[in-house]
Amino acid sequence: MTDLTQLEAELSAAVDGASDLSALETVRVAALGKSGSISELLKSLGSMNPDERRERGPLINGLRDRVQSAIVAKKAALEAAELDAKLAAERVDLTLPAPPRRKGSVHPTMQVMDEMIAVFAEMGFSVAEGPDIETDFNNFTALNFPPKHPAREMHDTFFLPEDERGERKLLRTHTSPVQVRVMHRVNEKLPSWIANGPPTENREPPIRVIVPGRTFRKDSDQTHTPMFHQIEGLVIDKAIHMGHLKWTLETFLSRFFETPDVVTRFRPHHFPFTEPSAEMDVQCDRSGGEVKIGQGSDWLEILGCGMVHPNVLRNVGLDPDVWQGFAFGCGVDRLGVLKYGMPDLRDMFASDVRWLEHYGFSPYAAPNPATGLS
Amino acid sequence: MKFTLSWLKEHLETNATAAQVVDAMTMAGLEVEQVNDPAAKLAAFSVAKVVEAAPHPNADRLRVCQVDTVDGRKEIVCGAPNARPGLTTIYAPIGAYVPGLGVTLAEKPVRGVVSNGMLCSASELESASESDGIMELPDSLAVGTPAAQALGLESVIDFEVTPNRPDWLGVVGIARDLAAAGLGVLKDVGVEPVPGKFPCPVAIRLDGSDACPQFAGRLIRGVKNGPSPAWLQQRLISVGLRPINALVDVTNLITYDRARPLHVYDRALMVGDVIEARLGRRGGGGEVSADHATPTAHSDEQLIALDGKTYDITAEMSVIADADGKRPIGLGGIMGGTSTGCSEATTEVFLEAAWFDPIRTAQTGRTTGITSDAQYRFARGVDPESLVAGIELATKLILDLCGGEPSDIVVAGQALPRPAPIAFDRAYVRQLSGLDLQPRRIDDILRDLGFHQEGDLVFPPSWRRDVEGKADLVEEVARIEGYDALPALPLPEMAKPAGGVLTVRQARLRAARRAMAAKGYAEAVTWSFTKRETAALFGGGAEALVITNPIAADLDCMRPSILPGLIEAAGRNARRGFADVALFEIGPFYADDTPAGQVTAIAAIVAPHPPRRWDGVAVDALFDLKADLLSLLDDLGAPVASLQTAQGGLSDWWHPGRSAAMRLGKTTLVEFGELHPRILKALDVEGPVYGFELIADAIPEPKRKATKSKPALELSPLMPLSRDFAFVVDAAAPAGDLVRAVAGADKALISNARVFDVYQGPGVAEGSKSVAVEITLQPREKTLTDAEIEALSAKVVAAAEKALGAKLRG
Repeated sequence: MTDLTQLEAELSAAVDGASDLSALETVRVAALGKSGSISELLKSLGSMNPDERRERGPLINGLRDRVQSAIVAKKAALEAAELDAKLAAERVDLTLPAPPRRKGSVHPTMQVMDEMIAVFAEMGFSVAEGPDIETDFNNFTALNFPPKHPAREMHDTFFLPEDERGERKLLRTHTSPVQVRVMHRVNEKLPSWIANGPPTENREPPIRVIVPGRTFRKDSDQTHTPMFHQIEGLVIDKAIHMGHLKWTLETFLSRFFETPDVVTRFRPHHFPFTEPSAEMDVQCDRSGGEVKIGQGSDWLEILGCGMVHPNVLRNVGLDPDVWQGFAFGCGVDRLGVLKYGMPDLRDMFASDVRWLEHYGFSPYAAPNPATGLS
Repeated sequence: MKFTLSWLKEHLETNATAAQVVDAMTMAGLEVEQVNDPAAKLAAFSVAKVVEAAPHPNADRLRVCQVDTVDGRKEIVCGAPNARPGLTTIYAPIGAYVPGLGVTLAEKPVRGVVSNGMLCSASELESASESDGIMELPDSLAVGTPAAQALGLESVIDFEVTPNRPDWLGVVGIARDLAAAGLGVLKDVGVEPVPGKFPCPVAIRLDGSDACPQFAGRLIRGVKNGPSPAWLQQRLISVGLRPINALVDVTNLITYDRARPLHVYDRALMVGDVIEARLGRRGGGGEVSADHATPTAHSDEQLIALDGKTYDITAEMSVIADADGKRPIGLGGIMGGTSTGCSEATTEVFLEAAWFDPIRTAQTGRTTGITSDAQYRFARGVDPESLVAGIELATKLILDLCGGEPSDIVVAGQALPRPAPIAFDRAYVRQLSGLDLQPRRIDDILRDLGFHQEGDLVFPPSWRRDVEGKADLVEEVARIEGYDALPALPLPEMAKPAGGVLTVRQARLRAARRAMAAKGYAEAVTWSFTKRETAALFGGGAEALVITNPIAADLDCMRPSILPGLIEAAGRNARRGFADVALFEIGPFYADDTPAGQVTAIAAIVAPHPPRRWDGVAVDALFDLKADLLSLLDDLGAPVASLQTAQGGLSDWWHPGRSAAMRLGKTTLVEFGELHPRILKALDVEGPVYGFELIADAIPEPKRKATKSKPALELSPLMPLSRDFAFVVDAAAPAGDLVRAVAGADKALISNARVFDVYQGPGVAEGSKSVAVEITLQPREKTLTDAEIEALSAKVVAAAEKALGAKLRG
């Protein structure tokens, strides 16, 4: 008996003492290999008489099982230690900077345009566009600005040179000429990008469009830039009146400023292309140098609007005794300033990367009725 | 335009405060710019009486006064020499802010005596620019009377008039609208005629042009001109006018009161007995007169106007002339001349009331740069029926102030015909405005505004030539009823396009903006105009696109590309210390002045100045840009696999060796690459700068399909396998061409071909390069046999050889 006890003690010590996987393998071969000490003992069972085998068999097999599991356990321990050592050697300093990646942004004016389009899309407005270089007819005459009328002077128009017919094109001073293009039923052949609101084949009212775009006036100070953006709205049908205009604009401003507390007022005004005409003011708080919409008791003019002038309807071939509707126009950049607080309109077009990053928007902040506008 | 509350109350019976007037004006369509309210500024100040004035114990020039004030008897220290017992003056309590000094009074001893307030001078109250001692007021004023009332100061309302309402350029016009709006009752504004005592010795002659269709005049003799009385001076000063003399002041008063400009000539200085209104004469050169305004033979006529400046008269201007029409003595409706101006020596005055054409008056105003009160009103349109009333009113005032004897009134020409009556169905008010008003209310409003009604016909008053149709009448009714009363009604439901309101193009541009920002580019919006020289660098600068009146010399031409604006922006940022920029813009450029010439592009630039990297990994900004471009094209649904990238023959603002175009058939979608150093130098920007300009409309729109469902996905159960080939080609051969040739060798089996190495050097012949391509094969039905793979390899090699003369590298 003592031979087995002795052997087990020796083998256990050898397994414990194996410092790495190869030393452990040597121990395993010496014990369990073809001519290992335990293998030899197992072989000797064959030459034993049945009584002796019955007695020795379980003892030797038990020894083999215990040694085998000790080796497996030791192997697992050694492997784990080895992996730990390897990983420890693989350490990197993750406090080092990541490769630089530029941060992109969406310009606030464009963000605001997308917000407005989202609000008006829900009210069923589609989007029409027109060219920046316009004819005098579309920008003024068709909109009921008589030639040489003082109202034209107020527009500070940029002009292009006279052509051979003595006509000079101009940079549109407002997005209203697109009204003319949308309503005009015998229109010139236009490039495909000038959308007249779907479907393009039939421009017979009802019409419900907004027109975002660049506009130009010769003016530059903290609140004026020679180029700016407007959104025009136009609704033409048979029974659209000022009450619908009021609801549309009140709804728009409340959704745009994302507060139900927007207080507005309609005030009579004069525009050649609308009659009656109005300006809309929004109540705000201007104390502390910052405009807060939905608070305070000051009024801030925010847009111009009115019922499309009968002369304009006539000029585009619509009978004002059949069709009527409203139009409005507002400054996109200015509404952006009111909502997001940029101090100087001129910075909008200066492309200072610090400004663009600060006032710009994440590409993933696309205005959407489910998540809100901003 | 300015007026005061008391002036308004001359014509409007009302108890309204300035704030109520302002509010009513605003809601009637008069935009109030500012209300200057001295009563608010001087609210703390009131009348006080000095009871006792004793010498100050510690200062010779100071007095210690006992003063009866609104707060009881106060001891006040005063340095003014006129502080004496019995004086009625103005008192400011402790805590009052003294506007003229810019200080708030605090209780502190003056040389050891505490002063419980202050006695004020006119300059301290800002009611005069300088003053000598404290105010001396009439003894009749009671202690405690507010200072503003005691000094006759009142609120001045400054407002803006829209060009359609010249009648608002007179206080009566404002009173009429406010009365209609319910703020009070309009007083009788009729004018009593003053009978003439003798025939007018001055004849009026018109040239029959549109410049002056009607002209009325009257002579008043025996006047004694001089300074106006205090009430008239005060009234003019309150609205920012300078009193001159009674005759001139009367015309200015009526200009502001009735929107009726008049002119007065000193009859003694007029030459001849005829006053003529006519157009200017080219090449003038009339008879020489004693006057220094005589033109030379070679010039147009000239006038030395009352502002002291000499103006050249053109054939388009309306001229008033004497000396049988030879000598200009005024620009009609604009300004008179110095030659016949009224002075204190004037004893005979010729009074003019005429009607001058608005457009001509506006043009003359622009040409001469004169913006007089008369010019402002005539350019907007003065009431054509106000000539005689204006003369009568002026006559009455002149006789009151200067005495004298008036002639008969002479009138030449005809007033403009009245506007046609408007057929007006009262139901149209509701149809257009949504306001539900009784017909009677509608009629009342129109009557209050001066409209005359006969059944369904409405006759606008002579001063409302802006009212031309029934929509104008609705505006009149709605604004007087008040826009606050308008209902707010939801728009009727309208079928929305099932696929969203944006067109494919609009949706694509919107997606492009988000995609570019997600790739790390900051969106900029730059001017549509640039400098003409800059435009020329980018193929633009044509005469037809030059702005004739630019806001600045470097913004005088429509841009032919978005790129220069972005490149210049990179330069500005670099000069501020932010050199590493990536910008994009989605917007128009202008190939010509037609709608078709306005092209929408998506442009981007990168000025790569990345921070140094600790890991030493180098990036290639040009190929990063190409990756962003391809990714954008893919985002926008462009057929990226069908695009052909080709170098050479591009626009000359690109680096000739480092730029390329992507084309779809013959259509160029985009040019991209490194900007030419010549361009960067001209724009003063340090290179390199990389960029692209993608023509948005060149990307084909996806075909409309009946269904949104996508084609079935075919997934092969067989493993793809890859084979590498190294080809030797001419060093100048584009790798892209090789890849395209190789990929086309068997379109069914080859799913991808990609360059993974380019080598030039030992082992490869001079003038050649080795391009290694990895080809991915996707078996479709069964695993490929060695023989099939061999056959395919042979096809690949043959295709490369055929297209580029490529040889397999040995």
